[in-house]
Amino acid sequence: MLQNKSFVKKTRGGKIQKQVRELYLRHDIPCGSHACGSSCDRAAARLPADAGTVLVLDTNVVLNQIDLLENPAIDNVVVLSVVLDEVRNKNLAVFNRLKALCTNTGRNFYVFANENFKETNVIQMVGESPNDRNDRAIRVATRWYQGHLAGNSKILLVTNDRENKRKAIEEGLSAETVESYVRSLGRPELLDLVVLPTSEDATMMDVEDLRPSKRKIIYSEHKPMSEITSGLLHRIYHQGKLRVNRYNPFEAYVGSESIGDEIVIHGRSNMNRAFDGDIVAVELLPQDQWHEGESSIIADDEDDEEDDVHLAPSSADDAPRSINQVQHAAASTLTVSSRPVGRVVGIIKRNWHSYCGSLEPMPMPAGHGGTAHALFVSKDRRIPKIRIQTRQLDNLLDKRIIVVVDSWDCSSRYPSGHYVRTIGKIGDKDTETEVVLIENDINSRPFSAQVLACLPPLPWTLSPEDLAKPHRLDLRDVRVFSVDPPGCTDIDDALHCTRLRNGNFEVGVHIADVTNFVHPGTPLDEEASQRGTSVYLVERRIDMLPKPLTEDICSLRSDVERLAFSVIWEMTPEAEIISTRYTKSVIKSCAALSYVEAQARMDDSRLMDPLTSDLRNMNSLAKIMRLRRIDRGALTLASAEVKFQIDTETHDPLDIGMYQIREANQMIEEFMLAANVSVAEKILKHFPLCSLLRRHPSPTKEMLEPLLRTATSVGLDLDVSSSKRLADSLDHAVGDDPYFNKLIRILATRCMTQAVYFCSGDLSSSEFFHYGLAAPLYTHFTSPIRRYADVIVHRLLAAALEISKLPPIFQDKAQLTNISDNLNYRHRNAQMASRASVELHTLIYFKKRPTDAEARILKIKSNGFIVFVPKFGIEGPVYLMPRGEKGGDWVVDEAHQRIIKAGTNTSFGVLQTVMIHLEVVEPQPNRPKLELSLK
Amino acid sequence: MEHVDPLTGFRQDGRRVNEMRQIRGEIGVVAKADGSAQFEMGNTKVIAAVYGPREVQNKNQQINNQALVRCEYSMANFSTGDRKRKPKGDRRSTEISLVIRQTMEACILTHLMPRSQIDIYVQVLQADGGTRSACINAATLALADAGIPMRDLVTSCSAGYLCSTPLLDLNYSEDSAGGPDVTVGILAKTDKVTLLQMDAKLPMDIFENVMQLAIEGCKAIANYIREVLGENTKELEYRRGS
Ligand SMILES: [Zn+2]
Repeated sequence: MLQNKSFVKKTRGGKIQKQVRELYLRHDIPCGSHACGSSCDRAAARLPADAGTVLVLDTNVVLNQIDLLENPAIDNVVVLSVVLDEVRNKNLAVFNRLKALCTNTGRNFYVFANENFKETNVIQMVGESPNDRNDRAIRVATRWYQGHLAGNSKILLVTNDRENKRKAIEEGLSAETVESYVRSLGRPELLDLVVLPTSEDATMMDVEDLRPSKRKIIYSEHKPMSEITSGLLHRIYHQGKLRVNRYNPFEAYVGSESIGDEIVIHGRSNMNRAFDGDIVAVELLPQDQWHEGESSIIADDEDDEEDDVHLAPSSADDAPRSINQVQHAAASTLTVSSRPVGRVVGIIKRNWHSYCGSLEPMPMPAGHGGTAHALFVSKDRRIPKIRIQTRQLDNLLDKRIIVVVDSWDCSSRYPSGHYVRTIGKIGDKDTETEVVLIENDINSRPFSAQVLACLPPLPWTLSPEDLAKPHRLDLRDVRVFSVDPPGCTDIDDALHCTRLRNGNFEVGVHIADVTNFVHPGTPLDEEASQRGTSVYLVERRIDMLPKPLTEDICSLRSDVERLAFSVIWEMTPEAEIISTRYTKSVIKSCAALSYVEAQARMDDSRLMDPLTSDLRNMNSLAKIMRLRRIDRGALTLASAEVKFQIDTETHDPLDIGMYQIREANQMIEEFMLAANVSVAEKILKHFPLCSLLRRHPSPTKEMLEPLLRTATSVGLDLDVSSSKRLADSLDHAVGDDPYFNKLIRILATRCMTQAVYFCSGDLSSSEFFHYGLAAPLYTHFTSPIRRYADVIVHRLLAAALEISKLPPIFQDKAQLTNISDNLNYRHRNAQMASRASVELHTLIYFKKRPTDAEARILKIKSNGFIVFVPKFGIEGPVYLMPRGEKGGDWVVDEAHQRIIKAGTNTSFGVLQTVMIHLEVVEPQPNRPKLELSLK
Repeated sequence: MEHVDPLTGFRQDGRRVNEMRQIRGEIGVVAKADGSAQFEMGNTKVIAAVYGPREVQNKNQQINNQALVRCEYSMANFSTGDRKRKPKGDRRSTEISLVIRQTMEACILTHLMPRSQIDIYVQVLQADGGTRSACINAATLALADAGIPMRDLVTSCSAGYLCSTPLLDLNYSEDSAGGPDVTVGILAKTDKVTLLQMDAKLPMDIFENVMQLAIEGCKAIANYIREVLGENTKELEYRRGS
């Protein structure tokens, strides 16, 4: 019954110690089958009585075939604890998926603690390797099951380990490989999920083109781990996370702490099979090769797809990072890049997961039903094509599918993987929307019962207890109103503006009191923290909080009593803040206006009602505040936001156009900014080490380079030495047409990175600065319904006011940093998803409506130029000659950024206006894309 | 580290959350002492020897209306993996000595033995978590063996809180996980708590569950100790030939 396990262990101090652990072997472990003829406890039984075959899995099957196991076709499985332990040690991600299967009540996966069971425990024999011992443990457990369930269920050991299978059969057990078992199920489509062992991999090479060069070793071998470790120690190699350029998958960056700079990796062969997100070891190339990136890009260029038409980037994070190739080629002879260039020598940790995309169109191979080799193209351009094997090619060619990577051999041009599941038909709106969500790791599942259980009982109304709380100020008789986009149902903010007797104004910003309902540590809070933000797609919103909170209890709708968290200032008519108060409150909004309505009221000089004069007072204050902010150097940036008009029945876009910004928008924005700044000051004063703030790093000279180059070529001189100078020179950038200034601002905006959340304890106060707003301190307080950052800030502010205690999580700096990292990640993803959704709808819109439009040239290329279409907020390439041909009749004038047709006076220059034609074409079946051509 | 496997519900050593390690008690292991016992809880082994009641050695400490109870706790140098000298009288052993003394004093009928002295020596032979509890259980057995009058049997057991679950009788690896660890001693007949130690923070409702689990453990140990004493009495009777 009792056994002592002894082993030696190295202690932290470096001493070798003998450790003795007890292991209790039990008799009371049930077999988990309802077919059991013995006296096992059936409370936890998972295997049904009528299970014909019960599978016992070998560790290698779990590690390599988890996608197959997740398919409901595989069921009635015994998972041995020895297998669980091995999987846990080898691959935590797979372990978590296996764990999910074992706890899923819809599946019959039973965990059998064979190691704790007297009859199935095996002791490592002298000379037996741990692996052999575990294999034997699996066979012993299989045999026990065979005897225990004899006659009721057949026990089948599934293993891809040849030796284990042979021994099992010798010992009188039934054993099969995964492939032969799946074959016996008679469902050929399941075979796609089977990962083939690497030895058979060689035959799959056929899928690649048979150019002899492709047969040889393509990538250099990865260095063994021991060599990497010592290389890192001696600073020969540098460790970091590889980030592939979203717009040029042949360029990647590795942020290295040991160098303190980003190492650039040019080309797939230098990337050496590393994926985006992998932790890699990099070796620096000799300094004289640092500028030689171009050649490798061009070498790989045959593989590159032409730039698709896409939404105009709204910041540097969206924009391509590579320098324009044409310009670079000319410049490279003069300037050697100062950034270190390297190549990947080994991969420390893989970031392989599943990818969304479609198969590369290919002809159906002769002889149906057979296995076909295909290349999978991920939607995410940073991911290389993946080879897969399928028996359902005709079924998959027009589908969006999910594929995972299994391996990447150095003799293989592409990684190999396998099919996981189908999402739907390519081009179908729902399918593509799901792709967008999956790609951006957005959880759109309904809220769980535990989360919903945290909601207050519905319908919620203001209770006398809420009012009786000493910290809650009753502002129900104040004329509070809200101004939002039309149709807004999640109203975070409302305002009031009252003229005081002394001539000053009392201005209040009232924010939904979300933390009154979302308590720290509850499932509701954890879920919101994970989601981080609501996601706005063109025709759908994925909420951060459940609907009753988002649209009802927290939403500051008109004519209902709502709880709020208020910032109230006394301001002089010159908009100088005299005092600031923060308080929880009760409000009753008298009007929920749209921007258009608010604007119309202010503009209609006949209206003299109190609400309208409040609006006008606020507007005049806002104008002063805005002017002062701009004076300080805040940038008036511009982005090309588009708005769709959606058909209510078909949900197809009916119209598309730029989002119009009115004075009313700016007025609301101004007060929100002011509230955020006031709250940032307050929380930082009370919690200098654990406040959540938002900063906007100043753009580096290098980042502004593209803007400067464009400006110079049209004879514009921009001063970028500070945000103030830049703002001033942007103001002076006036061209011959009214749109010119806005265009320059749009170009400036896309040079900046985005603002990020951070924990005040992680940085020094000089780094807190918000460049875009020219504010020394900034945070997010005003949208707690749709941003989790604001929820955290509300808790900080409540603690600063001693309304509630600071939750313990704020004492854990590491966890706070994790939270802010997650928020940044979620925000980024939410934005990417919104953009992708707009792109998708743009495509659907133009499918039925080929259109002509005015466009501005942004960039000259060797075979054409990139244009920006202001009306639709998109940009893309216009080719002057067929793809592949370079030069020809067209000559590029580098200095003036022009492309000229030789022998004529036809030319195009940067920022020039051109008329273009937009049309959706389908060069390959089921692969529609938007094409721009010169009209 | 997962101390309770979420899938099988077993702890690393194969126990369920509410199971104790194997316990074993033996009386009369030190012939020279007036009473002695060895007590094992899994791999934790302690030995206790009792001398007394006897004349008070240092007359200054003599108490006129009750017996003087003294306790000395020590750890054998070989009791843990690293063989280093365990100085006597360090803070930890002084504290444990005191805890054991106070716990035992609470059940010894000291007023029946005025102006006398009772010495309890406990030594840890092998440490694997729960030494405090094992010492108290061994001392109880040794006192009973010495025939010292007691109002009740004191037994002790610990329980901890790891992986959001109360766990009975932590072993060393569970104990060193740094979670809260509650050591409880009770008077077996009356269920009175005479010892309660915890050096961590726990929410009140969870604490109550953990403590209740430890009390259940104490009761199980009390049953076992009664059995051991019963066997011993039978054997004595047999030897006397009555
Ligand atoms: Zn059974």
